Amino acid sequence: MLKLLDSIVELYKKAASSLPPDVENALMSAHAKETKGTNANSILATILANIRLARKTGRPICQDTGVPTFFIKVPCGVSHIELKKAIIKATRIATMEIPLRPNAVDILTEENTGDNTGRGFPILYSEETKGKTLTIDLMLKGAGCENAGQIYKLPVDELKAERDLDGVRRCVLDAVYKAQGKGCPPYIIGVGIGASKDQVTRLAKEQLLRDLKDRNKYNVLANLEKRILNDINKLGIGPLGLGGKTTAIVVKIGVNHRHPASYFVDVSVSCWANRRARLKWQIRNSKFEIRN
Amino acid sequence: MANSKFEIRNSKLKTKQITLPLTKDDVMKLHVGDMVLINGLLVTGRDKVHKFLFHERLKAEQIPFNLKGMILYHCGPIIRKTEKGFKLIAGGPTTSMRVEIYEHQIISEYGLLGVMGKGGMGKKTIDALKKNSCVYLHTIGGAAVYLADRVKRVVDVWKLKEFGMAEAMWLFDVADFPAVVTMDAYGESLHEEIEKRSYSKFKRLIK
Repeated sequence: MLKLLDSIVELYKKAASSLPPDVENALMSAHAKETKGTNANSILATILANIRLARKTGRPICQDTGVPTFFIKVPCGVSHIELKKAIIKATRIATMEIPLRPNAVDILTEENTGDNTGRGFPILYSEETKGKTLTIDLMLKGAGCENAGQIYKLPVDELKAERDLDGVRRCVLDAVYKAQGKGCPPYIIGVGIGASKDQVTRLAKEQLLRDLKDRNKYNVLANLEKRILNDINKLGIGPLGLGGKTTAIVVKIGVNHRHPASYFVDVSVSCWANRRARLKWQIRNSKFEIRN
Repeated sequence: MANSKFEIRNSKLKTKQITLPLTKDDVMKLHVGDMVLINGLLVTGRDKVHKFLFHERLKAEQIPFNLKGMILYHCGPIIRKTEKGFKLIAGGPTTSMRVEIYEHQIISEYGLLGVMGKGGMGKKTIDALKKNSCVYLHTIGGAAVYLADRVKRVVDVWKLKEFGMAEAMWLFDVADFPAVVTMDAYGESLHEEIEKRSYSKFKRLIK
């Protein structure tokens, strides 16, 4: 497990200091679209300079390194308990070495544990997978944008949101309107639709792991994603909320089946610093690669 | 889309240098849309510092730093302790709105002349800025490395043990630290304007 431990520390480094290329490219296109001499253009130029500087120096892109959230696909035969131990140990090491900001605060004592571990901290979601490859996705999502997320149960009268996909569009616009600049736009928006609160919240967050350029496997959702993005960018909130054409760079929607009586929509808002990285670990020979 | 009436005047000629501590005269020269470069000593403070200062109503001598004329920066940095002292690794702004319930009183009781963060603040703070000749500065959310390099030195810290690294009050010596005035002492707010405009667009999109 020692080599795995080291590779999880590396995964943290990658996620914290190197923005995924698809996100960086989208921000570069946004910069090119915003008129020179505007708030939006100069802010995006600084954001891009920051991204390059963080990668070059290995320092965290943003001081808020979030609640580390792991999405794990575990091949048959690998112990979930051992894996959890390795992740917790790697979290402590990464917090000291990179360093990350210690963010785990005890609700009862208000004390910060100092090492990013605690009850339910970091967050681990794991499921079994076929094959012999362990895949660990790590998301470092800051709290400014986490606080900007919203959950809806349709119908919502004041939004004229009925129980249909247009109702979903209305919810997403409401969430972004309410977020304004508080969650550091341009945003990456994850939407989850389905039967229960806990499930749609996780589904929405999982959408933030998707490659920005991928296409939704359902045509109707691919079109809805485009339509909502277009609508969001009419709001004029702009980079960091100081006005401009780019309020979001992408919308990604995931669906589950719902109960006849329930239609939950969760909107997970990510700041422009959509930090994610993936570790692939070959069980047979302990070979691994880390990408984002 | 038409540009905001408060569009940042980001040509070099319009960028204003400001030196801390501020005076009320300095503040009255600042208007929404001005790009500024900040020099001198400023303090950080976020959720816990605000709650503490709000409830404890401390006298100036009970605080190790002189807050008069200061900028209070909403920031929870990453700092490493080295043999040579504290080293700032990353430190951008945090969302200011969370301290909206406290800020108006902190401004008036502790004599701050500037508040800096991201995302803007609400009505109570707008009124307090006007009443106390104070200014809200917006800096670049997420640009933590870029902004950390504008801090020359971490001078001191207060409440480190009690509040922890992210929540302590740090004293930074900054040079050419960039920010934009988004709420001024005349009651103008860029955030209010953007919200109003986006509200009418939003209403049209859901009608």
